[in-house]
Amino acid sequence: MIFQSQAGASGAALYDAHCAVCHGENGKGGVGVPLSLPSFLAGADDDYFRKTIRLGRPGRVMPAFDQLSEDEVSAIIAHIRGWSEHEPVVFSSTWQAKGDVTHGGLLYQQYCAACHGKHGEGGSGTGVTFSRPRDLPIIAPALNNSGFQAAASDQMIRQTLMHGREGTPMGSFLEQGLSQQDIDDVIRYIRSFGGEQPEHKPGRSDDAVLVVESSSSFEDTVEALRQTIVGENFRLIREQSLDKGLVAEGHENSKQHIIYFCNFSFLNKVLAIDPRVGMFLPCRVTVVEHEGKVLLMTINPLRLSQLFNNAELDKYCKEMLQLYEGLLEEASL
Amino acid sequence: MKRIMLVCLWWLGIACASPVSAEDLFMARSNQSFPETMLALQQAIREQGYTIARVQRVDIGLTTMGYQTDKYRIVFFGKPEEVKQLTAAYPRLIPYLPQKISLYAEGEQTIVFTANPAVFKTMYSEDGLTPVLDRWERDLRAIIGAVNKLD
Ligand code: HEC
Ligand code: HEC
Repeated sequence: MIFQSQAGASGAALYDAHCAVCHGENGKGGVGVPLSLPSFLAGADDDYFRKTIRLGRPGRVMPAFDQLSEDEVSAIIAHIRGWSEHEPVVFSSTWQAKGDVTHGGLLYQQYCAACHGKHGEGGSGTGVTFSRPRDLPIIAPALNNSGFQAAASDQMIRQTLMHGREGTPMGSFLEQGLSQQDIDDVIRYIRSFGGEQPEHKPGRSDDAVLVVESSSSFEDTVEALRQTIVGENFRLIREQSLDKGLVAEGHENSKQHIIYFCNFSFLNKVLAIDPRVGMFLPCRVTVVEHEGKVLLMTINPLRLSQLFNNAELDKYCKEMLQLYEGLLEEASL
Repeated sequence: MKRIMLVCLWWLGIACASPVSAEDLFMARSNQSFPETMLALQQAIREQGYTIARVQRVDIGLTTMGYQTDKYRIVFFGKPEEVKQLTAAYPRLIPYLPQKISLYAEGEQTIVFTANPAVFKTMYSEDGLTPVLDRWERDLRAIIGAVNKLD
């Protein structure tokens, strides 16, 4: 008993330290999907949890926790189990659904693709973030994801399709008129995704910053930058010296000049993809006079993007990178 | 130098066994509402010896332009003398200065996050930066930790 309660306590602490920030204090969801729903806990076995925690979901925000010990992983699972009265299920990891993959594909496009994506790539955005309006209350997970494919057994997927997950948009497909055989066909189709999407690796070696040397004077470069930004349909939101607010007024270094700008419709779109994009905000170019040279500098959004494990975000960051490159080039002429 | 580092890591064993990748972002969930978390965050930043430069109100910008969002702000901060020295010695750091922490409301709770300064070690090869980044990492752990404990 003593052992059990100790494991319980440390499971809670571990959950709070590693999972709560995304999955919510009591598993209610956030950047991550909910974990406390009885309908989910009843249909997920410990093996599914263990593998999901270890492998994460590459490119889909959920990190891989390879630094936790086996005991720590077990303690976290025990803590999550504590949210439901259900006895944990155990699924066979070797049982395979037999079915017709072509028929499964037709059913998939008809019944599943609207939420899980044409190719199983999952819904857009993250978990259940409340900070803004969204299409679905909970994001539909990516089914073509290598982490999901490795963690979920056929039996578990079958159970999920038969019973759905009450309290989420994921309904029961027995109730929606599919037969047991139809469901097995769909499973074969989901398996054909294979989880072999290109490895999620947005340029580890990319530079941290973009730097371009200007051929004009400091003042002319600042003016050219302003014009370029407005010309690209951005709104100038603020100009200041880098140390403004840090040093007394009148003592700022005017040769480190920041121009902040924004495209609010783009920002609104990206915030829906990942609420943590504050890290990139606001858009900014700094004009610096350093050792007699005039430099235009920005962060490299694509380099920063790799901290997020979010393949969808990478696409927008690539767009931002091209934009920054264009601005720097034009303003430095 | 490399070898000494490795030995140290081995010695510290479990304490520093976690790879950087698992902790590229520092994130915290505060059980307090947005305004209270904002106050506590700014206090925690000051307690580590930093000056708050300003707060960017992302939500105001968005709602003014007709988009819906809950509270979303970014706090910029730095140590005046350090910013001056670092930007002179390591100009490539300029786009990442002043430092910042973002926060947004999630229902009655507040999410707070920033990049782990340790990730800059993989982005910058300048030797002299390592002690600075180590100190920032310690400071940010303390700041984010203080907010995470809010009930
Ligand atoms: C950075 C945010 C984040 C963190 C931290 C995180 N997760 Fe997740 N998790 C997610 C997201 C997002 C998904 C959904 C992935 C998708 O949409 O494909 C997810 C999915 C899951 C799933 C699959 C859920 C389902 O419905 O099948 C489990 C189980 C899970 N996470 C457990 C954990 C545990 C346990 C921890 C802590 C050790 C953790 N997660 C930490 C974001 C996170
Ligand atoms: C209305 C949108 C919607 C439709 C249609 C839908 N799903 Fe889902 N599905 C979801 C959501 C949302 C979840 C996550 C539920 C949760 O958080 O527990 C989910 C979860 C799942 C899961 C568990 C994945 C995981 O990582 O936890 C599987 C497997 C799945 N769906 C397969 C299917 C298949 C196959 C179909 C078609 C027969 C389908 N879904 C139709 C929205 C949908």
